[in-house]
Amino acid sequence: MTLNPNAKMEETQAGTEVYSFEPLVVKSHYEIDYIHSYAQDSLFFTSLAKKKLMGSKCKKCGYVYGTPRAHCMMCGAETEWHQLPNEGKVHSFTTCFFGSEEFLPETPFHLVMVEFEGVNSLFMARLIGADAEDIYIGMPVRAKFRRNLKISPTDVYFVPTEEAKGKGAKH
Amino acid sequence: MKHKGRDVYMVSGGVTKFAKAIPNMDFRMRVKKAFDYALDDVHIGLNDIDGSVASYFSDHFQRQLMSGIMVQDYLGLTPKPSKRVEGGGATGGLAFQTGFEEIASGRMDTCVVYGFENMSHVNTWKGNEFIALASDTNFDYPVGGFYTGYYAMMARRHMHEFGTTVEQLAKVSIKNHKNALHNPYAQSPMNLTVDDVRNSPMVASPLTRLDVCAMSDGAAVAVLASEEKAFEMSDHPVLVKSIGTGTDTMRLADRPFGKVPLLPNERESDYKNLQYPGIHSFRAGRSAAKEAYQGAGISDPLEELDAIELHDAYTSSEIQTYEDLGLCKYGEGGRFIEEGKPQINGKVPVNFSGGLLACGHPVGATGIMQAVFMFWQLQGTIKKHFGNDKLQLSRHKRGLIHSHAGTGTYVTVSIMEAVK
Repeated sequence: MTLNPNAKMEETQAGTEVYSFEPLVVKSHYEIDYIHSYAQDSLFFTSLAKKKLMGSKCKKCGYVYGTPRAHCMMCGAETEWHQLPNEGKVHSFTTCFFGSEEFLPETPFHLVMVEFEGVNSLFMARLIGADAEDIYIGMPVRAKFRRNLKISPTDVYFVPTEEAKGKGAKH
Repeated sequence: MKHKGRDVYMVSGGVTKFAKAIPNMDFRMRVKKAFDYALDDVHIGLNDIDGSVASYFSDHFQRQLMSGIMVQDYLGLTPKPSKRVEGGGATGGLAFQTGFEEIASGRMDTCVVYGFENMSHVNTWKGNEFIALASDTNFDYPVGGFYTGYYAMMARRHMHEFGTTVEQLAKVSIKNHKNALHNPYAQSPMNLTVDDVRNSPMVASPLTRLDVCAMSDGAAVAVLASEEKAFEMSDHPVLVKSIGTGTDTMRLADRPFGKVPLLPNERESDYKNLQYPGIHSFRAGRSAAKEAYQGAGISDPLEELDAIELHDAYTSSEIQTYEDLGLCKYGEGGRFIEEGKPQINGKVPVNFSGGLLACGHPVGATGIMQAVFMFWQLQGTIKKHFGNDKLQLSRHKRGLIHSHAGTGTYVTVSIMEAVK
């Protein structure tokens, strides 16, 4: 049995950063590792290692998605994996000069929505190899893949095609 | 709508001044200030309230789950019924509509909807990250991780599709910041020129710093009641005539290319070659408007609305929303601002308060702030609450409030009407 009226909390050297006293504002840190499952979308990520961009096609209504989804939002039926073309066109774009803390060191970077022939919806990606003022809607782009995977959708990115290079001056 | 339910009235409201950071008050205290203002305005007390709805967007900003119950507890509303409603940027609009449903269903006679957000506990860049977690974290966050980037691509496509210009976007910023000069609650009232907007730092092309709203600390409260209770509490409550809500895909990439859901004043031939919504328009905004107009019997919104408070987190979204709401046809939004129609003295003043661009955007409070400003407008009490009547419109019979979540995933439209 322990009932010790002289018990004392151990003192440590770890302190707290204080930003202000009136009101009292302190630094509070938070960090976590998730055990994140890509679940039914896993094949999209593993296919990037094989330089394949995988979307989905509805088995029932034939709608083709530029993104993975196991069920069709048009009719509710199951979809099957559908390989997307490696070349498409810029549907829209932007250059981000600011961003989330995580991506600030990467600014400025280009975001593009890519449209593919025969595919009903788009795909969002980074574009490299072009100056902001040279990107245009309709610009032909080609998917490239990282060799050292990060298991992230940025394992695929887009670059202007040779054809775009030829047309670049017009825009 | 199968059953309309009981008529719902707004009887009072309160808003704290939005600011980038107010560290000397926490979210509970901020809601309490807005709550007491609303209760004092109609001389009611805690006993007059049957329950509440809590509106806040992110648990990340304060790393506090169940902030809702902390407010409920602080206000002295326990053990009355309450729930939290969340839907990104549309959280306030959704919560307001949930309060509407509590009254319409007959469950409550008086319901307080309180909204708040404390965004200043992290720096702006971390805040952007938290907000971006409201995009698909498998596919969109790791690529873009930045909401302004997503909206910039939508704006760019709108410009491509319809010829909208950056100068037209700038005019929205000028209008809203200018209106806010007369709104004491606004975070950033300003007199601006097109050059000021275009020369401010580029955030995500074509959107500059002044095309984008700021993060804020703030709270807002709306008190809703049944007809009987409303007229007991107040001589001039405002009728919440109808509500509408729309949704769209989380991933911008998944938006379909189909047909425009038409409003009563549109024809299929208006949009022969338009693939809709793609990423140029907010289908959820159109669906929400359609439902709300049906409920209120509105067939020509431009003629039948006197004021609009809409979700202008970006200047481009305001232009896109003119079209979703049917104030003009799809493609005419840029011209709509250019012709001055949404100006304070225009055909239908839009964001007379200054909107999110100038008032700030403490997410969970924003949609309720719009309800409060519209309530005062329709009541004709702007002078009493703003200390000046510069923003009091001469015609203020019927108004529309519009709340919108990330890239148009959830959108709410509610129609409010003066009853005297």
